[in-house]
Order: sequence, then C-alpha cells, then structure tokens
Amino acid sequence: MRTNLRFRPVAVIGAGMTPFRRRMLDTPQELAWEASRRALDEAGLELRDVDCVVIGSAPDAFDGVHMKGEYLAHGAGGVRKPVSRVYVGGATGVMTAISAWYHVASGLCQKVLAVAEEKMSPGRPHPQSVFRYIWDPITEKPLNPNLIWIFAMEMHRYMNVNRVSKEDIALVSVKNKRNAKKNQYSQLGGDITVDDVLKSEVLVWPVQLLDVSPVSDGAAAMVLVSGDIARRYTDTPIWVEGVGWTLDNTSWPGRELAYPRYLENAARMAYKMAGIERPQKEIDVVEPYDPFDYKELHHLEGLLLAKKGEAPTLMREGFFDVDGEIPSSPSGGLLGVGNPIAAAGLMKTISIYWQLKGTAGGMQVKKSVHTGVAQAWGDLMQASTVIVMRN
Amino acid sequence: MTVHPLKEEDLKRHPVVEDKPKARYSYTAGQALSVFLNGLKEGKILGRKCTKCGRIYVPPRMYCEDCFVPTSLWVEVKDEGVVMTAVASFISWTRERLDHPEIVGTIRLFPSTARDYVYPGLFHRICCSYEDVRNMTIFGKIVKARWKPREERTGSINDIECFEVV
Repeated sequence: MRTNLRFRPVAVIGAGMTPFRRRMLDTPQELAWEASRRALDEAGLELRDVDCVVIGSAPDAFDGVHMKGEYLAHGAGGVRKPVSRVYVGGATGVMTAISAWYHVASGLCQKVLAVAEEKMSPGRPHPQSVFRYIWDPITEKPLNPNLIWIFAMEMHRYMNVNRVSKEDIALVSVKNKRNAKKNQYSQLGGDITVDDVLKSEVLVWPVQLLDVSPVSDGAAAMVLVSGDIARRYTDTPIWVEGVGWTLDNTSWPGRELAYPRYLENAARMAYKMAGIERPQKEIDVVEPYDPFDYKELHHLEGLLLAKKGEAPTLMREGFFDVDGEIPSSPSGGLLGVGNPIAAAGLMKTISIYWQLKGTAGGMQVKKSVHTGVAQAWGDLMQASTVIVMRN
Repeated sequence: MTVHPLKEEDLKRHPVVEDKPKARYSYTAGQALSVFLNGLKEGKILGRKCTKCGRIYVPPRMYCEDCFVPTSLWVEVKDEGVVMTAVASFISWTRERLDHPEIVGTIRLFPSTARDYVYPGLFHRICCSYEDVRNMTIFGKIVKARWKPREERTGSINDIECFEVV
C-alpha cells in the first residue's frame, strides 16, 4: 500500500565525487567544488540552472572550521541561492539527499544541488579526539571514552545475543575491500583474508584495525530535479521513491544495542512510501552503512533484509555478494572506499544511483536491478536515514 | 580538473599550524543530574520514574521522553545489575596505545527485566580480566558498584570506581 502523500516526483539526473584519500592537498571548498562540478557535468546543467543548494557535513571540528555550511557554500555553488546545511552525525550523507528530495518534492525548488564534504585529516594528534565532545559531559565524559568503545560495546552485544563469531563479521571487511578494487574512487580496495582481519591490531576488543573504516578526505555531490523536467536532461532519470529517517534517544547505556529499532522505523517509513511490502523480495541492491564491518550486518537486519541474527549466515552463504541475491555495498562501502563521514553517506546514495542507471562500470552488479536502497547511520547509536530509488 | 592526494610517506612531514583555543566549559549538571550526583556522594543511585508509563530513568531525567510529561518521583535503584556488554580498550581517547586494557561496558540496573528494550542503565568501568571479556563470560553476570571511600567522593560519576562481579 502506498501512502497518500501529495508530493512531486523527484529524479536524480547526475552525480559526481572525488576520490577518497587519507589526506588531500585540497581545501574542503576545493573538494566540494570538484564533486559539484562533476555532478553538474553528468547532469548537463550549469550552476545558473540550479535553484537551491543543500550542503551536508558532519562535525565542524573535523575540518577545523566552524559554520562549515557557510564555509563550503562557494565551493558548493551556494552563493546567492537558498542554502541549507543538514547534520545528523554519520547519517548526514543520506540525509543530504533526503533534504534535497523534500526541497523538490514540496515544489519549492525545481533543481537542487546536494553536496556533502568531509575532511578528517586536519585534526591532531588524531581525528579520534574530536569525538570527545559527543559524550554526555556529566555522566560519560569523565570516564574518558573514545569513539571505538561504543562501537565495540555494540558489536560485542550483537555477537553475544546472536552468537556471531569474529570470523563471520570479518567476512564483511573482506567482501567490501574486494568490491572496492573495482571502484576508481576507493582508498583501501584490495584482497585481504579473514585471517588478516583477525591478526590485525586489537584496538578495543572485539574491534581490530581491519574491522574499521579508514580516516578519509573527500566530497560527493548529486543533482535532483522535479519529475516534470527530468527528461529534458536525461533518458534515464532515477526516481527517489521513498525516504525515511528517525532518531532514538542519547541514552545508549539504557537501551538494547543488539538491534537498531530506530533503523527499522526509518526503513518502514521509506518502504511504505515506496510501496515495498516484502523488502527481501523487492529490493535488488543495497548500500548499508558500514563504518565497522559488524555494522553492515546490524543494518541489513534493521533494513529488514535479514531476520534478527540471520545476516551473518546469509553473508557467509554469499547472499550479499556482488553476484548474490541482494548485492550489498557493491561500491566497497566505507570499509573499502573510505569514510569522509558526510561524503561517505552520499557516496552510498550515488552508488545506488549509478547501479540503477547502469553506469556503475566495474562495480555494476551481475543481476538486473530495479529497486535500490541506501542507508546511513550516526550519532550515539541513534540516527538512521534511508532512501529508496528506482529506475 | 582533479584532486591531489598526499603521498603516504609524506603524511607526517607537512607543516602543522598549532593552535590551542582556550575553549573551556563549565557545564551545568541540570535539575535531574545534580540530584543524581549528590546521590552518588551518599552511595545511592537515584532515578526518576514516570508515573504515567512506569519507565525509570537512570541517569535521571525530569521529563518522560515517551509520554512527554514530567517524571514525578525520585526512586533509588539498586547499585547492582547485569552486564549487557563489555569491551577491553587498548587505546586511549587520543588513540595512543595502552599497555593494560581498560575494561568498560554497560550495566542494566535492577529493577528491570531481560525483556526490557529500555531500562535504567549506566556506562562504566567493569573490574574483571581481559579473558572474561574475550570469552564473553562476563556477559549476563550480576555486578555491584565498588564505591570510593565516602570521604573521597566528590559527587561525580567517578565516585563509583567500577562494577565488579558479586
């Protein structure tokens, strides 16, 4: 059953991104410009055609510049235009596309440029320290937490409740880095084995070095237009058919971490809008957010593409491989391509767009695809954003 | 039209502009957490109960996020609970290597049941061995707060040294 929402159809007609690397010698604005220019070129538009700009960027503290939305504006084509910046932690990337969607769906703008940028390399001694300020200052910060702790806690809880082994989780890292070899933008594509993951440095048990996505710089951009005019620019517009996003509370110590209920809520919202009743049967390709390898399994379950605790088994059986039933992270994901936070989420959306358009090149999955889903996740185990697209 | 990645070997050689902003914060503990912190000084873990839905908030909150009405009752929960998850950290918050792992986790405090999705819970250190974490035997164990001696308590979350198996 479709919802009875009244909104204008919205299509994606172009996208572009920079390669993701450990450190770029370009400023955040230069990166944003590069991605924006590529997206406009693919769409066949000039900046004067664009009505509104949406910028997505995660904490200002990474780039080391406050007001990052305003700071990025000229590189993102936002000068003398209505510009808004969205930010929901790691979920920002997909939220940037969702926000661009409602700019168009509402009828406010006809053509929107969505730009996401992140430069994680400037922070010293390590971007890790920036995360100190996401914790509750009274009840959590005095314990000197670092970000990997919270992921490790969630991962260990997930492993304990669902009886998942480290080997099964490592398979995600192996798959994504292998997929990333085909991606010209990727930072860490390559052939690794489960053994390599299990022998890598233990950061916070059960998290080891190769369980984690790298620190990266990069930008990504996308052009979304009203359905009425999409075919002026392309014969193959890709339609945004469902969006969903929800936030849970910050009280992660008082909440079951083995299953992301906030993601299920976001997914159900998006699926309802897109008329998807049986996700596992109707979705052809998926890009779940994978800053850590177990996160992809966790999110596949939250996206209702696997039953609770079943994702590791399906992963082992090749269900989510690039030639499997539902290819998952065909781009290589954050583990393989890199993790410039906001840009990584938009990269996932772009990957689905290219898959549906059939222009993903070496990354193109074997099966024919009609419906794709991209998802991002963020904050203190609490935010999720989901977008459904069709060709 | 292209971007310019820095070569891997040059990563540590570029000039760095050092700047330490004197950004220091005096956070407010707020209405609920102030009482909670004073409770810790007394060796009590205090929570707030929503009388409409019965949910107990630890750390306490003055309003119920579900019912969106004031929580109207102070309740003392036990300083005992179940280990929900535990991890062993070999890195500090600045990502420097630690020789001895620091063990932390979350504790579901009583009263609560295993079926609860939300429960009174704390994030804290757990006094156990790395082996207990590694083979998951610490999961589901009942633990109790090890308090600092009364005269050393300052009204901070660190008034609890850690949670240890009873």
